[in-house]
Amino acid sequence: MQRSIILPVATRFLMPLMLVFSIFLLLRGHNEVGGGFVGGLVAASALMLYAISTSPSALWRLLPLDPRFIAGIGLLISLFSGFIPLFYEKPFMTGIWIETPLPVLGKIGTPTLFDLGVYVLVIGVVVWILLEFAEDE
Amino acid sequence: MTALSITILAGFLIAILAPFLTRLMKHRAAFVLALYPLAVVIQLLALQRDTLTAPSIQFPWVPSMGLWMTFTLDGLGFLMAMLIAGIGTLVILYGGEYLRDDPHLERFFLWVIIFMASMLGVVTSGNALVLFVFWELTSISSFFLIGYKFEYESARAAAWQALLVTGAGGLAMLAGLVLLGQITGSFEINQWMQNPNLVQESALAPAAFILILLSAMTKSAQFPFHFWLPNAMEAPTPVSAYLHSATMVKAGVYLLARLFPVLGGLALWNQVVPWVGLLTLVGGAMLALGQTDLKKLLAYTTVSSLGGMVFLLGLGTPLAVKSAMLFLLAHALYKGTLFLVAGGVDHSAGSRDIRKLGKLAKLMPFTTLAAGLAALSMAGIPPLIGFISKEYVYESTYYYSNLPYILTGLAVLANVANVAVAGWVGIRPFWQQPEQKDEDLHPHKESVWLWIPPLVLAITGLFMGVFIQGAAQTWVAASTSAVLQEITKVKFSLWHGITPMLLLSIFTLIIGIVVYLTSRTLIPRLAACWKKLSSVGPNIFYSRSMRAFLSVAGWQTKILQSGYLRYYIITIIVTTVTLAVITLATRYGNLPNPQWTQPRFYDVIFIVIIIISALLVTRAESRLATITLLGAIGFSIAILFLLYSAPDLAMVQFAVETLTVILFVLVIYQLPKYTKTNYPIHANALNIIVSVAGGIMMAGLMLLTSAIPSNSTLAPYFMENSLPLAKGHNVVNVILVDFRGLDTLGEITVLMIAAIGVFALLGLKKGSKGGGNS
Amino acid sequence: MLYLMAITAGVLFAAGIFMILRRSMVKVLVGILLLGYAANLLLFNAAPLMRGVPPLIDPIYGVPAEYADPVPQALILTAIVISFSVTAFAVVLIRRAYAVTGTGDLDNMHCTDIPCESEEILSDLEDEII
Repeated sequence: MQRSIILPVATRFLMPLMLVFSIFLLLRGHNEVGGGFVGGLVAASALMLYAISTSPSALWRLLPLDPRFIAGIGLLISLFSGFIPLFYEKPFMTGIWIETPLPVLGKIGTPTLFDLGVYVLVIGVVVWILLEFAEDE
Repeated sequence: MTALSITILAGFLIAILAPFLTRLMKHRAAFVLALYPLAVVIQLLALQRDTLTAPSIQFPWVPSMGLWMTFTLDGLGFLMAMLIAGIGTLVILYGGEYLRDDPHLERFFLWVIIFMASMLGVVTSGNALVLFVFWELTSISSFFLIGYKFEYESARAAAWQALLVTGAGGLAMLAGLVLLGQITGSFEINQWMQNPNLVQESALAPAAFILILLSAMTKSAQFPFHFWLPNAMEAPTPVSAYLHSATMVKAGVYLLARLFPVLGGLALWNQVVPWVGLLTLVGGAMLALGQTDLKKLLAYTTVSSLGGMVFLLGLGTPLAVKSAMLFLLAHALYKGTLFLVAGGVDHSAGSRDIRKLGKLAKLMPFTTLAAGLAALSMAGIPPLIGFISKEYVYESTYYYSNLPYILTGLAVLANVANVAVAGWVGIRPFWQQPEQKDEDLHPHKESVWLWIPPLVLAITGLFMGVFIQGAAQTWVAASTSAVLQEITKVKFSLWHGITPMLLLSIFTLIIGIVVYLTSRTLIPRLAACWKKLSSVGPNIFYSRSMRAFLSVAGWQTKILQSGYLRYYIITIIVTTVTLAVITLATRYGNLPNPQWTQPRFYDVIFIVIIIISALLVTRAESRLATITLLGAIGFSIAILFLLYSAPDLAMVQFAVETLTVILFVLVIYQLPKYTKTNYPIHANALNIIVSVAGGIMMAGLMLLTSAIPSNSTLAPYFMENSLPLAKGHNVVNVILVDFRGLDTLGEITVLMIAAIGVFALLGLKKGSKGGGNS
Repeated sequence: MLYLMAITAGVLFAAGIFMILRRSMVKVLVGILLLGYAANLLLFNAAPLMRGVPPLIDPIYGVPAEYADPVPQALILTAIVISFSVTAFAVVLIRRAYAVTGTGDLDNMHCTDIPCESEEILSDLEDEII
């Protein structure tokens, strides 16, 4: 089957844009519409777009890590963010904030880290599941 | 006391280690494991008590609910614990030899020690709930020990029976104890005893009493629950000796004695307990006379003796209580011995049928000695402890205020049977010629560890009889004091002079010997008679009710568990709709009119798309069309979210819809094709009716929830505190990652698990794929 | 609008229930998806519907006077994401079941896990206990 040239070319521009957009969604999620779930889903869509326009194995090569690891790391980040307050003798998952806002990132604290974990996990899980399906064909 | 309770609890740990030890040392593990009950015996002797002030110790259990693990040791607990640990030591030594070559020996040790620790727990716990836990543990360990030879169906059935009967009793006991706890506001038995009036004046007391009596009756095999005990003789003989004669079956007697200060004052006590006991005492003795199996003979006389103890406690006079305690001690000594002897005979001669056994004295001299001593004690011949015990039983009935002659006469009748059985079990197999020759039996010599334990027990019985004023008197006095809750002086003596009791004893003995000698004609006749009677006995009732139970279960399973998904769903929906409609109709006659916003033109467009797509989905004939329609529904809902102030939702829904479509596109051609199924018209009609009803109900519920103004403080709380507490302006996201972060953590874990599930179902099939990136 | 939403949710529920009562596994899955949509709508309508007032706190003016309830939104948001993974799992399950049994019809699978003659099991049990 002859592959269309439009999709791969478009993907080359779209995918990085979507990935940047997903990070944007993640970062502003605490104050504006967005967040880890949406960000992760958008990023996963971007990656799947790439997989569909080229091939699943191309996505495998593109990913720095096995999506299984990505999902696991996301879960660990979220879990870890919950443990940070314990070092300050506060209950599990209490929000701890760095008082001075950082440039670009804004105020960050353990909930930001938690959201990052959600973001990473959603990417990992969705890409993992869809790749399993894609390769099952 | 601390040390003792810790030792008792350590038993559970030792039990778990026992199988490993058995694997290392084979049957010799018995010598190590016997140290456990021995340690308990030593500690008990060090703590020996003859006053009412019992040492006790409390470990916190659920202190916030007023629950404490209380252990206490009074005279009654001491007497029981001595029997449990003392006989336990001998039984472990005996069992190691008896089951020497058995491949499952480790399970014997495991469960016998768990039983031992639980039984010690029963008699030392001062908290009713702790008592219950240990009580149930004894039932469970009894189940495993009766079913020890699980290869045999009869053993499995007997184990089931014992568990169901005693387990049902255990539940009754829990209910009774909880009632008592409700009445008194405490589960400390000590508290109950301190103000028995509180219980006796309560209207709930009779119910509590009946429930507790039921549990005691099942555990101690009282009529009409006696049938499980003879059947439990399927257990290996050391187990029968230990659980089903010396200790566990006495737990019911113990329970009645323990709660005597609390419940003994009830009028019901005197009206019910003695009759239950008397019926069992006489019935058990009569049933015993029709048996030819050594263990069955002993089992039925055990039932009879347990009845005797319950009877004496039921009379409730100080004299009767005293006799009950002495009887408890004496019975454990001689009956334990006889069981162990029966096991030894079985082991050596290969049979337990008294008609086939005979002339074993030369082969097994020490067993013969132990058997003889125990039989004489059981028959009530001085100077053994059984004699004194029997004298006291007669004295209790003879001087009882109500119907003394009838009671005494019945007691004599039961004891006549005991004399005969004692002879059949303890004398006849060793001295007389066998009644029937069985060429297959080749008796061999006794083994050392099969005669030492019974002989030790038998000699203890002898010494306790001769030196009745020693340990026996002290122990009985202490336990009687504990039961009566006042210091009671006890003075036993072998010789009372010529009293009516002595004459009764002699009379019993003579009649008993006559019965003993007529066994050849008596046993078959009685056996035939009991056989006829058994068709109306409780054993039949038990199996009938079990069968009825199973057929009801099978019937309702067939009705309810059709195995067709749609019937389950229909049942659920119909039930829910019915209940919801009833509630709506009765509670909300006229619905308040909900406030509502005027729909706009584009709202209606998307709603129409959703409705039409949903209806079309039900008629769709291709998978692709279905997916397209689902996508249309999903995207329309996303737009509705967007229009109604939920931009976050809208974005997530858009993204998920996109991914779902990708997912289906990837997999669609591997899913089963739609096939044209012709549903019967009535089935289709039913489906439509059920689904429409469900839809209407849900729509109605939705209107209702909107119509009733919610006074939820959640939304204002989150709105107010989002910024100060969580430094976030997007409240939805703040709820997700901060306020309810733990829920989100759970949810992302679910995502992870789903991915693992997908991987397990798809990925593993292909074998591990090392990842394309390598 | 509320009545329209209620009707929409009702239709989705009805369609979902109808599909879940079908014999084809794929249709049952479609039914589950429809029920998911319906449940989300139900939750969404648990709070009053409002236009143009998302639950965002204004950096200058603070908490707005009127806002849509954020609680159902937070509930639905995770529900949507989870329903995706559940769908994926269900699809795989159907696929595997189809590969193993060779049928997509639930009624034909009826006897694949337990023997249809449960009588036998029962009578065995009876022998055991009595």
